Amino acid sequence: MAETKEISVGDMGARAGELAERRAEANDGAGEEMGLNVGPSHPTTHGVLRLLMQLDGDTVTKCEPVIGYLHRGDEKIAENMTYNQFVPYTDRLDYLSPLANNVTYAMAVEQLAGLEVPPRCEAIRLIISELARISSHLLGMGVYGMDAGAWTAFMYTFTEREKLYTLFEELTGARFTTSYTRIGGVARDIPEGWLDRVSAFLDQFLPILEETQRLLTRNRIFLDRTEGVGVITKEDALAYGLTGANLRACGVDFDLRKDRPYLGYDRVDFDVPIGTRGDCYDRYLVRVEELRQSVRILRQVIADFPDGPWYAEDAKEIFAPRKDKIVTSMEELIQNFMLVTEGPRMPAGEVYFEAENPKGALGFFVVSKGGGVPYRLKIRGPSFSSLSVLPKIVPGHMLTDITVILGSLDFVLGECDR
Amino acid sequence: MELVPLLLKILYAAIMLVVVLTIAGYSVLIERKVSAYQHGRIGPNRTTTPFIRPIPVIGPLLTRLGIIQLPADGLKFLFKEDFTPPYVNRPFFWAAPLIAFVPSLAVIAVIPFGQYTSPLTGEMIPLVLAPMDLGVIFVLAIGSLSVYGVVLAGWGSNSKYSFLGGIRSSAQMISYELSLGLSIFPVFLWMNAPGSDAGLSLSSVVEAQNTMWFLITCPLSAFLFLVGIFAETNRLPFDMAESETDLVGGFHTEYSSFKFGLFFVGEYGAMAVGSALFVLLFLGGWNFLPFLANPWPAGWIGSVLSVLWFLVKVVGMITFFVLIRWTLPRYRFDQVMKLGWTVLLPLAIANLIVNAAAVAIHDLW
Repeated sequence: MAETKEISVGDMGARAGELAERRAEANDGAGEEMGLNVGPSHPTTHGVLRLLMQLDGDTVTKCEPVIGYLHRGDEKIAENMTYNQFVPYTDRLDYLSPLANNVTYAMAVEQLAGLEVPPRCEAIRLIISELARISSHLLGMGVYGMDAGAWTAFMYTFTEREKLYTLFEELTGARFTTSYTRIGGVARDIPEGWLDRVSAFLDQFLPILEETQRLLTRNRIFLDRTEGVGVITKEDALAYGLTGANLRACGVDFDLRKDRPYLGYDRVDFDVPIGTRGDCYDRYLVRVEELRQSVRILRQVIADFPDGPWYAEDAKEIFAPRKDKIVTSMEELIQNFMLVTEGPRMPAGEVYFEAENPKGALGFFVVSKGGGVPYRLKIRGPSFSSLSVLPKIVPGHMLTDITVILGSLDFVLGECDR
Repeated sequence: MELVPLLLKILYAAIMLVVVLTIAGYSVLIERKVSAYQHGRIGPNRTTTPFIRPIPVIGPLLTRLGIIQLPADGLKFLFKEDFTPPYVNRPFFWAAPLIAFVPSLAVIAVIPFGQYTSPLTGEMIPLVLAPMDLGVIFVLAIGSLSVYGVVLAGWGSNSKYSFLGGIRSSAQMISYELSLGLSIFPVFLWMNAPGSDAGLSLSSVVEAQNTMWFLITCPLSAFLFLVGIFAETNRLPFDMAESETDLVGGFHTEYSSFKFGLFFVGEYGAMAVGSALFVLLFLGGWNFLPFLANPWPAGWIGSVLSVLWFLVKVVGMITFFVLIRWTLPRYRFDQVMKLGWTVLLPLAIANLIVNAAAVAIHDLW
């Protein structure tokens, strides 16, 4: 019979004591450094990140991030379902900007299929990508302030996010996990008057953004906390594969929206903010400026919103036909049946596509051997790269700086662990 | 001592305790309501009891104001499981909340809160539990004891987060004690300038501010004292002890139930006492307004008015504490220390020297 050992809480103390003794012996009684385990459940870790740290007094000498607490095997799951069925899983990557993930995934698969979507669909996707960026950056900015101890900024930005979520709900039916795109189009057309409501949101959003950033941007304490903290050099940023706002804050002018335009980003006029020092303050400034630029982009797209179909009509083997046609036409019924049972018919081949998501460049590498199911789907999560730089930049900072550094990197564990 | 006055003293002390605890408790409500106002939220507005809700107008009003939230929060602390982790140092772990809690309450014994002017003789008697000549010294001495509670809690919890919180907070409280103490010397220098003999009691400070507040005559002292009080009560931007984003809860991470409640009430009690001290020392106590004579009539009505006016000022100060907390981010530990030792302490010393010189020159003229 297998022996069972009862483990009580009381043992913990005894074991901790033993461990400490053993460690003290190993240290030869020096005992200068203290190990500290932060997370995976800790207020500063934004999810389930775990940090193993060595502290010398209040100064961190070593920081080792431990990830994987949110691992769900998304990439393996993708191999067992049709392309459209995987859309809801992309919501759960960077769960603070699900709409942008949906768009990036759909575009990767469409590139594999060699499919062009009509202008109206592109415009819808651009709008939701930018709205997702606003939502994600707002949270990043608010939580960042909260990490530094300023709660009010967080509440302000959260109020704005609620308004955005109401817009998302109207568009997709869900506030949080939107699953809006389909391969070859979107789930449904935009509701009537929705663009006006987006414009109204943008009009009232800018003054509130200015009010919120006034709480932090010139705040002496906030400057003291963030200036010169968590500096990432240009070389490090490139070497560690940082992307998005984190990379641009280090002074690298790289934005996929400008450098490899997609979705018609080349037709709108916007600036890419670039930092100079790569510290926590620059990362904050870049995000605030990106919020303003997103508003600018959105206004241009809304002013020039194309008409026409909102899905690729000629892609009969990929995009499901309309409901009224299914019930009236035999051919469409068969087509729908095949799509549901076997998935869209994709050509064999492989494609890598990445887009400028709020957290950085989110990439999908899709390998297809034909048929409705991907052979392999690899996801490149920007948060993973952002986190990998921690052991490099954290040592030498004080324990309290950790919160600011983590907040400034603006990562999401759902995307890092996948 | 005779029995009746002794019993009366105990009764007064009990009343005082209840009042101060209520103020401390309701400063939590002030905190929640003011922060809600700042955030664009509503704050507590649902908590109610079966007997209060049905009262026609007052019931819903009290509920909306969140008045019943306080007893609900307090009872919640009582009903929670009082969990003592197995690895703590029990005597210290149990003593720490008391040591943190008691000094902030003991201080109230010497804090005057109003005046009684005799209608017959015109003599003014300050209302205070223990009219002590060395009031200020007592406040500084006893008030600084509460740091031991924090240190013991950090050490006795045998947890790294508590330990770091305890260390930070003790270092901070000891550093700011200096500038806090030095900042109020000028006030007493002016009061006890040659030719006047006011002593060191807190009620004499209020008498000295009859028509002119020390906030106006010694603004730097007032500023230094205010910063010191923020640091001593561990309020943001100096809440190193808690710093909840990196230390979880700081020194009270391992505490639960009413032991945590004691820390909690102790903190707000310290804030209330700190506000009262600031009002007494720099805002004229229960004196009406600067440049104006007191309108309080002689007799009991006047003393009730003076007490109310004093409370209004204290509540105003508490609101100020709250506003600051929800506006500013938090300093880093080393920045707090640097500010304390390299800016505030030299300023306090310079302030003392300048004021001492001014008193001397004033005497020569």
